[in-house]
Amino acid sequence: MDPVIELDGLEVRFGQRVILNRLKAALTGRSIGLLGPNGAGKSTLINTLLGFHKPAAGTARIFGRDIRTHAREVRSLVGYMPENDAFIADMSGVRFVRLMAELAGLPREHALERAHEAFFYVGLGEVRYRALGTYSLGMKQAAKLAQAIAHGPKLLFLDEPTNGLDPPARVRMIQLIQEIRDRGDLHLILSSHLLRDVEECCDEVLILKDGKVAALCNLEEERRANRNFLEIETRGGPNGCFLEAMEKLGCETAPGAQGRVKLILPDGLEVRRLYQVAAEQNVQIRRLSHKRDSLEDIFLKAMETANGRL
Amino acid sequence: MAVYKKTYRPYDGGLTSSWTRFLVIPRYAFEDLHRSRFLTIFFIASFIYPLICALIIYVQHNISALNLVGMPGANRLISINVTFFMSVLGWQSMLALFLASFIGPGQVSPDLANNALSLYLARPFSRLEYVLGKLSVLVILMSLMTWVPGLLLFGLQGYLEGWSWVVDNASLALGLFVGAWIWIVVLALLALALSAWVKWKPVAGALMFGVFFVAAGFGAAVNGVQRTKWGHLLNISSLIGNIWLRLFEGDAHTTNGAVFFRVAQGEELPPWCCWLSLAVLCLVCLYMLARKIRGVEVVR
Repeated sequence: MDPVIELDGLEVRFGQRVILNRLKAALTGRSIGLLGPNGAGKSTLINTLLGFHKPAAGTARIFGRDIRTHAREVRSLVGYMPENDAFIADMSGVRFVRLMAELAGLPREHALERAHEAFFYVGLGEVRYRALGTYSLGMKQAAKLAQAIAHGPKLLFLDEPTNGLDPPARVRMIQLIQEIRDRGDLHLILSSHLLRDVEECCDEVLILKDGKVAALCNLEEERRANRNFLEIETRGGPNGCFLEAMEKLGCETAPGAQGRVKLILPDGLEVRRLYQVAAEQNVQIRRLSHKRDSLEDIFLKAMETANGRL
Repeated sequence: MAVYKKTYRPYDGGLTSSWTRFLVIPRYAFEDLHRSRFLTIFFIASFIYPLICALIIYVQHNISALNLVGMPGANRLISINVTFFMSVLGWQSMLALFLASFIGPGQVSPDLANNALSLYLARPFSRLEYVLGKLSVLVILMSLMTWVPGLLLFGLQGYLEGWSWVVDNASLALGLFVGAWIWIVVLALLALALSAWVKWKPVAGALMFGVFFVAAGFGAAVNGVQRTKWGHLLNISSLIGNIWLRLFEGDAHTTNGAVFFRVAQGEELPPWCCWLSLAVLCLVCLYMLARKIRGVEVVR
């Protein structure tokens, strides 16, 4: 599959400070999450892809177009919802979105039609003639989404789209993002430090730490790869013998407190065999759950330094 | 598709030409300005003086009209010459300064105050196009106030006087056109630069006047204390006046410049000095704009 975004040794410096350090990755997902702690370089990466920062070295390609040499073409393909408030306070919502659509190249009558559609789509149809300055935070977020999609981009950058939203507004925003994703007309990049948002919306995750790629993983593949990861709770006989017997069968084991055991079964070993071994060792299995690496596990693993500290 | 069908759909229609896209900005700006009653009245009122001038030109060539109002021979009192056209340019240019002070500060500052620049520049729309778009708001309005009526008056006079007058006085048309453009470019760049650096509109408007009048006062003080004429380098209207004088009359000038842009006798600056000073001012304004007009502000 052709990459949506290809980072090719991308380096960005602010003065002497290295913000993005020779990033190399090929992002192919339909919905790509950009994760990282504050200051990891998520927003800088988005801003660089939009052409706001000039790379000090390397480059990036969006749909095969180099951001250094085809910046204008790249920007004609993207929609951008920034993290901070961004609007013209005394302009009505629909007029603002229409202006933005016209600047993206839509003829004025199409821009007007699509501005209305986008406003209804994000649920602001009733307030579209009100000045943007009078909108609540949730409404401003929705208006930012409307201006980002009004011109029909191929790639949508969403920078912290649920920032400052109350729970119902957050749910609505996530639903909108999922709907846009599921229609399959565009790719989206969701930058967030909220793991839940990324987990709910994305199928691929790029984790940044200190301006470097800490991890790049396909969430679906990761979930499938962890199918043999079990957590059981045992009672009865000594756990040691049971664990020894399981290791002889090729399992990786990790004993926990109060009879809990984490197991990774080798390929081909059925769960039924586990019960048989337990019965042989007079151990009762009270609970068994298929454990998978959550995005949190993946994120924490990526954040670990070489000496195992966060 | 009807708006009630709440769904997302990609856009597959045609796009406008990227060359003319910057004109979207003045179109929206004019809609906004039209809503201001004060600005609309001010703009309309700015055409009173050119209308009076047109009337004067007409009457000067219509002896029967003068006879009708009982003033035969009054046409000899009015001469349509370099002073006449310089006065038109001077008056209209001063009104243009007021207009730039009213609308200039509102051009860039609202976009900066609300971080809207990142949205403009995330589109296939460059910083240059943004500045061009904002400049064109001021340039179009100030053109309508200065060289457009000036050339119309020149055309009217030429029509009534004959082709030979047009040929003999071509330097007047050139002076009106080029002179007004110099003033417009300086004013528009200064207004945008101040708008980009001063987010509070009234302060930016006051600064516009400050740059012209306070700097001129300071320049006059320098001249007085140092017994020199180089203090005029700080006086933008004097610099413009010097250039206009050369454009209208060449080196052998018979007047001391346009109203509001007078050049004191014996205190004329060398033309290259005036051009250089204005060029430096424009470059400073462009640098200020280049520093501020960015998708994101970088804190180093």
